Amino acid sequence: MSIKITSVGKTFGDFVALDDINLDIATGELTALLGPSGGGKSTLLRIIAGLEVADSGTVEIEGVDATRLPAQKRNVGFVFQHYAAFRHLTVANNVAFGLKVRKRSKKEIAARVDDLLRLVHLSQFADRLPSQLSGGQRQRMALARALAIEPSVLLLDEPFGALDAKVRKELRDWLRRLHDEVHVTTVFVTHDQEEALEVADRIVVINDGRIEQVGSPDELYDEPASDFVMSFLGPVTTLNGALVRPHDLEIESSPFLGASAGRVVRYTRVGYEVRLDVELTEEAGTAPVLVTLTRADASAKQLGEGSRVWLRPITPTGHDFRVPVGVARPA
Amino acid sequence: MASAVSATGAVRTTRQKSPLRWVLRVLVITYLFFLVIWPVALVAKATFSRGLAPVIESLSQPEVIFAFQLTLVVAFWAVLINTIFGIGISLLLVRYTFPGRRALSALIDLPLSVSPIVVGLSLLLVYSGQTGWLGSTLENAGLQVIYAPPGIVLATAFVSLPLVIREIIPVLHEIGTEQEQAARSLGASPVQTFARITLPAIRWALLYGVVLSLARSLGEFGAVKIVSGGVAMRTQTATLLVEERYGQFGPDNTTSAYAAAFILALIAVIALTIVTSLRPDKESS
Repeated sequence: MSIKITSVGKTFGDFVALDDINLDIATGELTALLGPSGGGKSTLLRIIAGLEVADSGTVEIEGVDATRLPAQKRNVGFVFQHYAAFRHLTVANNVAFGLKVRKRSKKEIAARVDDLLRLVHLSQFADRLPSQLSGGQRQRMALARALAIEPSVLLLDEPFGALDAKVRKELRDWLRRLHDEVHVTTVFVTHDQEEALEVADRIVVINDGRIEQVGSPDELYDEPASDFVMSFLGPVTTLNGALVRPHDLEIESSPFLGASAGRVVRYTRVGYEVRLDVELTEEAGTAPVLVTLTRADASAKQLGEGSRVWLRPITPTGHDFRVPVGVARPA
Repeated sequence: MASAVSATGAVRTTRQKSPLRWVLRVLVITYLFFLVIWPVALVAKATFSRGLAPVIESLSQPEVIFAFQLTLVVAFWAVLINTIFGIGISLLLVRYTFPGRRALSALIDLPLSVSPIVVGLSLLLVYSGQTGWLGSTLENAGLQVIYAPPGIVLATAFVSLPLVIREIIPVLHEIGTEQEQAARSLGASPVQTFARITLPAIRWALLYGVVLSLARSLGEFGAVKIVSGGVAMRTQTATLLVEERYGQFGPDNTTSAYAAAFILALIAVIALTIVTSLRPDKESS
């Protein structure tokens, strides 16, 4: 185990940020801490880094009890959402910082900085100041700076949160590839479920200071432990009182076994996808059910605003919260 | 981004040639002329009214040379004390919360609002060998504060205390703590973090504060007048010399008063000019 967190708690005044957190993170793994803002995930990351002190519980890093260790002695690489670039230092000197305070030889520092800048594709910017870089480049510099000290764990706090959508996507792919190359135990905080599902080996869902579920992206998506996890990991809609994914609904323009009747009240097309708001006949007046399907599918079935339709979940699986309760199904 | 914004802003202001702008400009220049430029120019004129020779002669009198030496020594110590304490107090006020923080912050502005005469009198009460128990204790230990250079340094440091602090505090707020946290997580000790990250970040504000407090220290009069006694060749600083010479009869005394005043103004203007030209336009770059 690279990081072992045992019954960690933290409060800020009356606000409980973390409540009895237990978590093990395996060596070499890329883990996402996922959850809504204010849920405590950043606090947990900062406690691992030593930038925040836990009120109770212990943190072990590589088998060493780090609970009382100051940040500078933990050998942890930390990447901030807003880069925390050293504004008065060049890119190369930013990356060299951790090695300089460790009093490494000039030759060794130069060689290592060179390697790292090549790794993050910033070699030609070595002599620039951070203010002359774009957001994405600054964050890559911050990553190289954190990796320079050969940290036992790399921690990233909403690393792509301040970047625009396109750069965020690029950096996300790049972080995944980088991790496959460098293999350092990595934990990153995000509130973006797509980011977590795409990049992480393992996801820890944190809400209200508690861990909701830990698992691989597939496990979390296919077998969410709670309504919260299910609704946080992707779009959901309610059919007959149960949470369903809008794309896991079978929709036909004629009645079929187990289906509920309804009428399309709204038709929205977003690119290749069609989103339908369906008002159920039996539950008139409640919020409409959201159904998503491909455009081709929608036009093959000749669906449009006002169409009469019948709905049923595609895969009636073993999760009891997805089985419709108390609804008479037409035989 | 920032440069693009300021560039468009600059374009917009040059295009607006409204009469209001001209009225404002004339008003400001007139105000500055009558308040600052004209009076200071008259000091220069009065200094050289009888030519260069009397000026050089009066500035080479031993009393005048001594007064300027004392002023420079006092200003050096006062600025040094204010720099060290200024950095410390600023970090304390910005980075930590503690009971009484707001009160301390208000207290720091006190020297700007209280008359220097009051400062001088209060120091006299504490440190004088006759009135203050601390003063008599120090005097028995062989350290005379009042009517001696230490008292002058104290008074000068007191009145220029807020200048460094008020320059640094906004910059400390603006840079935040993330860079310092990053340095700590990269293995830097608190001292290394201060020397390599915090100090370079505040260096221009600090330099500006130091120059302001130097200018203030060179020119302090009221508080110094009370605590120094103003004895020529012993405790008379340049400003006290100006006052004494101006009050005496004879064109030579008047010239030396103006000459000393002119030098004081010149040093302050030169210091401010150097700093303003050194300071980069964009702090953030």
